[in-house]
Formats: sequence, structure tokens, C-alpha cells
Amino acid sequence: MQALKGVDLDVGEGELFGLLGPNGAGKSTLVKIAVGLVRQTKGDAEVAGARAGSRAARGSLGYLAELFRFPGWYSANEVLELHQRLAGSRGGAAERRRLLELVALSEAADRRVDGMSKGMQQRLGIAQALVGEPRLLLLDEPTSALDPVGRRTVRLLLEDLRNRGVSVLLNSHLLSEIELVCDRVAILLDGEVVAAGTPAELSRPRGVELETDEGIRTIEGALREDAPRLVAEAIAAGRQVYGLRVLTSTLEETYLDAVGEETD
Amino acid sequence: MFTVVLVLTVAFLFLFWLANHYVFRELSTISPPADVHVDSRTFAGAFLVGLAMFATLFLGVVLAVFLTLGVVSADAERGLLQPLVVRPVGRGTLLLSRFLGAGAVCVVYVLGVYFIAMSITGVTGHWWPDQIVWPGVELAAGVLVVIALSLLGSVVLSGTANGIAVFMLFGSGLVAGLLGSIGHALNSHAIKHASTIASWALPFEALYQDGLRMITERTSGLTGFLLQLGPFGGAYVHGWPIRVWAAFYLVAALAAAVALFARKDL
Repeated sequence: MQALKGVDLDVGEGELFGLLGPNGAGKSTLVKIAVGLVRQTKGDAEVAGARAGSRAARGSLGYLAELFRFPGWYSANEVLELHQRLAGSRGGAAERRRLLELVALSEAADRRVDGMSKGMQQRLGIAQALVGEPRLLLLDEPTSALDPVGRRTVRLLLEDLRNRGVSVLLNSHLLSEIELVCDRVAILLDGEVVAAGTPAELSRPRGVELETDEGIRTIEGALREDAPRLVAEAIAAGRQVYGLRVLTSTLEETYLDAVGEETD
Repeated sequence: MFTVVLVLTVAFLFLFWLANHYVFRELSTISPPADVHVDSRTFAGAFLVGLAMFATLFLGVVLAVFLTLGVVSADAERGLLQPLVVRPVGRGTLLLSRFLGAGAVCVVYVLGVYFIAMSITGVTGHWWPDQIVWPGVELAAGVLVVIALSLLGSVVLSGTANGIAVFMLFGSGLVAGLLGSIGHALNSHAIKHASTIASWALPFEALYQDGLRMITERTSGLTGFLLQLGPFGGAYVHGWPIRVWAAFYLVAALAAAVALFARKDL
């Protein structure tokens, strides 16, 4: 079974890159290859200039798995301390405080993991991924267990990271989240990239909607540049023009067009 | 889990003390026939210490297996392993650190239980083994071999399957050791040969048998002969060759575990 077929992706410095696709498309496999959990059978994978899975690559990235757990008897502070030691970070208590504050877990620093809600554990996972100030962050469904407030917290956090020059590869099913934060998006289907670009590039024009005294008429295929002509033609035909709207497809519509009915 | 281990260990040591108390109390009423020159105190003491060594090995192996049966596959399935493996520390280091952690706990436990049990017999029955320290060291070394095997199994097997496999290996080793005693008693070359092969194939068993041999290594005559025939009689494969082999075996098992883990997709 081939999970990925010649996927070619570049995540630039300080770029927020979204990975979309149905279940079984190969998104998690791609991320696992990048972090060294899975070895590719063919091709090259590099992270921050080093071979994916090498010590140098692992030292420059932070990772949050889709399914992860921390030992239940550890406190939030102890989890971060452990990962600081594993990552060779010298941030100490100051880094741990800063990260816990970043994910709104300051009050729960000494709470055991098995006493935390799923959302709290998810936020702790994000904090853990940020230990050691990684150059590339790979997040596999980081908001899956979060409520809307938690998702907003993560969104703002990601934007802050981008502003600080950290690259982020974000794997998510939540199209709205991807659309709001990502600079570029790739849509994977059966191990292949079927669409890629900025959210604006992936949103295709769908026509122009013209509201007149006869009602609302959609002129499919018309572009924004056609709007003045369409208004002039309507007026020349004796119509009262009340409004005009340029229609574009949402990322969700582009995604559904790309993947069809594919689902696992 | 450690509370459960502690409670069960205390219970075992209490029952062991109880057994020593009653056995040595009744010893004065036991008189072998005049023409049978058996040192009943040595016989009872060696039997009890041998029993304690068997129980110590068993408890030590149970602790070792539960500490290591899910280190790779089961922990990966639960998502515990992935956050650690992506760090720059290295998979080999992670695995070896688990070996050292489990080894430290189990060695302290085995040595502690062994010396306490031996002291119970010594104080209660006024009988001390011919060798005090080395039998405990060999028991602890045997448990380390089991830990290495369990870690190796955890790379390729699920937690449950690995636990079953290691306990079955342990049981097979014990049975092979008993077969060796039977084979020598019956002077059966085939059984002795099978037992010897098993000892080299499962050196934790050989180390345990060597430890049993050492507690009565200077006991001779009919007493020594009868002890050799019993279930706690001791080894026919013994000495430095098996110890060196066990050390090599342990290193090889760990090396195989590290190599397989390095190539495992998680």
C-alpha cells in the first residue's frame, strides 16, 4: 500500500502551511516522515536543512501527534521539564512558566495529567511541542479536542508564532481554522497533492450576483472585472439595479470539489 | 503498583518466617535412622533458602516483566512513546534508559528480598549458606536477562503477547532446570542433554541454578547428595563460562532490541 506518491512540499521560514485531506489521504504519514517516526521508502525529506529523522532535524522541530498521551502521574510542569531535558533546552523554570501562560495553563502547573480535561491535555501538548523554541512546528489536529475558546487561543498562538518566524505545518480537518490562519494550503488525496496554493488562490470565482427589480440573478463565469459592464447592460435594458456581489468558492467548496466523495 | 508489590512481598516474607519458625521448631523432634548420616538442620536450611530463592526469582521476574512488557509497542499504541522519540535524544538511549531504570528497581528488590529471606533462615534456624553474596548477585543477574528479553519482545509484540511470551520462557527455563535434576538422578543422558541446552538458551535459569548450587557448595556426604537430587539442588551447568555467556546474551538481547527499535515505524 502506498501512503504517499511523490509528494513535494516546501514550508518556508515563518510560514503557516495547512495540510488538508480526507482520512487516509496520507497527511499523518507525511508528518510522521518529517519527524522521523516513519521512514520513507523512496525520496528525500528534509527539515531545517537536515535529513528528516536525523538528530539535527529532531533538534529543530516541535511535534504534537494526533493521538498522544503523557504519563498520568506527571504534573504539567514535570511534563515540560522532562521535554526540556530531552530537547536539551536551557529555558528552565522561566520557559515552563512562559509556555504554560501561552496555552492558558498557568493555574494548572502543578496539576497531574490524569486530573486534566482532554482540552487541557491538548494545550499541554502544544506547550510541550514549543519546548526549546523549535524552528518548525508540526501539529497534527491540534484543535481536535478544544472548545471554541481553546481553538481561538491556538489560532492566536499560531499567528504569534508566524510573526516570530517559526514555520508551522498544520494538519487539520477544520477547514475554517485552516482558512483563517494559513498562508498556504495543500489538499492531499490518496497520497497525492491535488491542489495547493494560498486560500485566496484556491478560492475560485463563481460568478456575479446581480439584484434588480426583477429579483436576484446569478451570472455564472462572470468575473469581478465584468461587474461594471453587467450593471450598465441592466440599466440599458430598463432595469433598476439595487446591488451586485462577486461570488467566490470557499475553501470548503474547493476541498469538496478536489476530494469528491472520498472519505474513510 | 509498587504498593501492591510491597504488600505481597511483606506477605511472602511473613509466611516465609512462619515456615522457618515451625520447621526449625519441629527439627528437634525429627531423628533420621542411625545409619543415615543426614544433617537435618543443613537439609532444612538449604531447602528453605532454595525455596526463598525460587520465590525471589519469581517475584523479581514478575516485577521486571510488568515494568517492561509494554515499553515499545504498547506505549506506542497508547501514544506515550511518540512525544519522546521525536526528541533529539535517540531511540537507543530511550530504550537503554528504560533498561537501566527497570534494572535498578529489580536488582534492589531481588537483593533485598534475598538477603532478608536468607537472614530469616539464619536467625531462625541458625543455618547460613556456604556462599552469602554470590547467589543473590546471580539471581539479580538472571532478572536483568529477563528484562533484556522483555524489552526485545516489547519491540515486536503487543504488551499482552510479550508478557505471555516472557512468562512462558521463564516457565520453560524452570522446567528445564527441574528436568536436569531428574536427568541426573535417573542418569538419563537425553534429559541431561536437553537441560544443558535449555540452560545455555535461557541463561537466567542457569544463573538461578548456579546460585542454588553455591548455597550448599561445601556440603558433602549424603546431605549434599540428597540436596542435589531435590528441586533446589542446583546447577550442572555452572561457573564462569555460563556467567560470561549470560553477560554476552544480555548485551546481545539489548543490541537486538535497539536495532529493531531503530527501524520500527511508529
